[in-house]
Amino acid sequence: MTTISPIEESSTKELVQIEKEHADHRMFGLAAFLIADGMTFAGFFAAYLTFKAVNPLLPDAIYELELPLPTLNTVLLLVSSATFHRAGEALRKNEAKQCQKWLLITAALGVSFLASQMVEYFTLPFGLTDNLYASTFYALTGFHGLHVTLGAIMILIVWWQTRSPGGRITAQNQFPLEAAELYWHFVDGIWVILFIILYLL
Amino acid sequence: MTIALPPNDQESPRELQPKGWLRYFSFSLDHKVIGLQYLVCGFIFYLIGGALASAIRVELASPVSDFMARDVYNQVLTLHGTIMIFLWIVPVVNGAFGNYLIPFYVGARDMAFPRLNAVAFWLIPPAGLMLISSYFITGAAQSGWTAYPPLSITTPEAGQIIWILSVLLLGGSSIFGGINFIATILKLRRPGLQLMQLPMYCWAMLGTSILVVLSTPVLAGTLVLLSFDIVAHTGFFNPVLGGNVIVYQHLFWFYSHPAVYIMVLPAFGLVSEILPVHSRKPLFGYATMVYSIMAIVVLGLVVWAHHMFTSGTPPWMRLFFTIATSFIAVPTGIKFFNWVATLWGGRISLNSAVLFSCGFIINFVLGGITGVALAQVPFDVHVHDTYFVVAHFHYIVYGGSVFVIFSSIYHWYPKFTGRMLNENIGRFHFLITFIGFNLCFLPQHWLGLNGMPRRVAEYDPQFTFINQISSVGALLMALSTLPFLWNVIHSAFKGPLAGDNPWRALTPEWLTSSPPPVENWTGQAPLVIEPYGYGKEHKEQINETTANTNSEKKNQ
Repeated sequence: MTTISPIEESSTKELVQIEKEHADHRMFGLAAFLIADGMTFAGFFAAYLTFKAVNPLLPDAIYELELPLPTLNTVLLLVSSATFHRAGEALRKNEAKQCQKWLLITAALGVSFLASQMVEYFTLPFGLTDNLYASTFYALTGFHGLHVTLGAIMILIVWWQTRSPGGRITAQNQFPLEAAELYWHFVDGIWVILFIILYLL
Repeated sequence: MTIALPPNDQESPRELQPKGWLRYFSFSLDHKVIGLQYLVCGFIFYLIGGALASAIRVELASPVSDFMARDVYNQVLTLHGTIMIFLWIVPVVNGAFGNYLIPFYVGARDMAFPRLNAVAFWLIPPAGLMLISSYFITGAAQSGWTAYPPLSITTPEAGQIIWILSVLLLGGSSIFGGINFIATILKLRRPGLQLMQLPMYCWAMLGTSILVVLSTPVLAGTLVLLSFDIVAHTGFFNPVLGGNVIVYQHLFWFYSHPAVYIMVLPAFGLVSEILPVHSRKPLFGYATMVYSIMAIVVLGLVVWAHHMFTSGTPPWMRLFFTIATSFIAVPTGIKFFNWVATLWGGRISLNSAVLFSCGFIINFVLGGITGVALAQVPFDVHVHDTYFVVAHFHYIVYGGSVFVIFSSIYHWYPKFTGRMLNENIGRFHFLITFIGFNLCFLPQHWLGLNGMPRRVAEYDPQFTFINQISSVGALLMALSTLPFLWNVIHSAFKGPLAGDNPWRALTPEWLTSSPPPVENWTGQAPLVIEPYGYGKEHKEQINETTANTNSEKKNQ
């Protein structure tokens, strides 16, 4: 009836609530950022697939990628997603020791992924500038590896902050752990797509 | 009912921040300060980009390359395009007005992520300084704002790398801003405020931010690959090393076509705010406006290859992108007719804000018509890379976005400063801008149709006369900045006091004092469910009383 209408009592209470402090929208913001980050990967994938479709390689430059090592990498990352989930569950149950254990296992899995990736890099018979596919291979896996590195550092920071009693991350303040967890799942998901596109197709 | 509100200034971290004019040079978290930082910073870059444009037009006043060397011309051209797009229009129509207005429109006290907001702004000055200083230190990039390889790989490396780095910084700023706007509009709405009750600018910013978040990262990734090509000599886009330049064009335009909507959709939103206020009528066709914004967002993501009709695109692709592009004329046309219908029969006050908005409508229709023409493959192949494209583009971004920026400054200046601008100088500013703009760019259609290529310092002498007309127009546009500058600077100190709501507007930002208090409202945020309820007497009355009493503490 009027532009400035008296509002329902419930919504007024809610309003007074958000006057004090509004709800935490950081996870929403992170999700939006991960969509943006995913679009970067989407651009790389699109470029790779187009290169593959329209730029045929010379016969002597064709190289079949070995599968065992990247398969191991896929397993490492998928398991690490599960262990990170366990860490989050432990934190929600207020079991700090369990949470720290699972965090360390997750970080170890992430680091072993990176190590295994390094081994693959050093055993491959082509270098960054050899040909278009070599360049694209290193760009894609390297960009993903950068994400894993950042994620591993995040996990270690989260682990450090859960250690001391009364530390920053507790069952009451889970945001850093949840953010790192969402990011880690995202990086794993990207790896699965990358594995399919780069190694299997 | 009376509900005691907690005092807002209790232990506020804002107390630690500088007061007065110093806060505009600080890492302020206040969305209003950040908005004005964007605006003034953007305007300084506009002056630099405008000086470069004037240099281009001076060079083109004669058919030979006499005013500057050819490689300097290329640098000036590249800097002009990059500065105007990434440092002036995108930050101002999104960052400046978005930051200032969106929290008011959703009834919030600030953006969802104030620190991220400040970071997003403070990425811009260093990026801009880096870009401009590259001209003096290493020589700026020479490959145009598109940086097409192999040109960008073969031109001097240092300038190109600095260009890439600064565009990456600006892209990051844009993404952070976009995330912030999406979160603010979707999550920070005042309880009781529905999405379909939001002022139109919120919808425009929501659509724009979706485009920013989806498309800017693709440009960032592409530019990283391009920098590998330049620095590490990989061959992604280098045909000599087996790379594919067309892939770069696809990825580049996947961002840069939506970038046109990133520049123009917020302008649509701003015009939709300004016209109802000054014609005292509700915005015509609110729902269709919302749907057409969203249609433009969706279509805007699938039309990029119409920039590439001469890049050997296969016939099916040409057909698809021609049809998709032509479809965009439908939602745009709906918006255009809605603005005209908003004005139709209204009690229009023909002040500077309305004049610039009407100038926008006229220019944008011309730019839109040439846009539909350019979407048709046979025509596009004929005029590709000629001055016809230059004319079309400037009708969209200058005649469209920049006219709206001026219109918005005239409209919201009383809100920013509490003082009025001089209307007569404003009208004079509009007159010479409008005449200068059309004198500069209308003849370029003719030049393009007759085959004058763009981006080259020299041209066939038969085009001399028309180019001189165009240069005179550019000179007028450059001069038009002077009365505007005098007006905004003089009025900030000596302008007549505006009062809280000089336009008797109903949108929420006017229902508080001008300039607004730090927490936007002294009491609680008003619930504005009908921001365009003009011509309905009781509503205007109620809003006036609210505006008057809002500076005192008011409870519902």
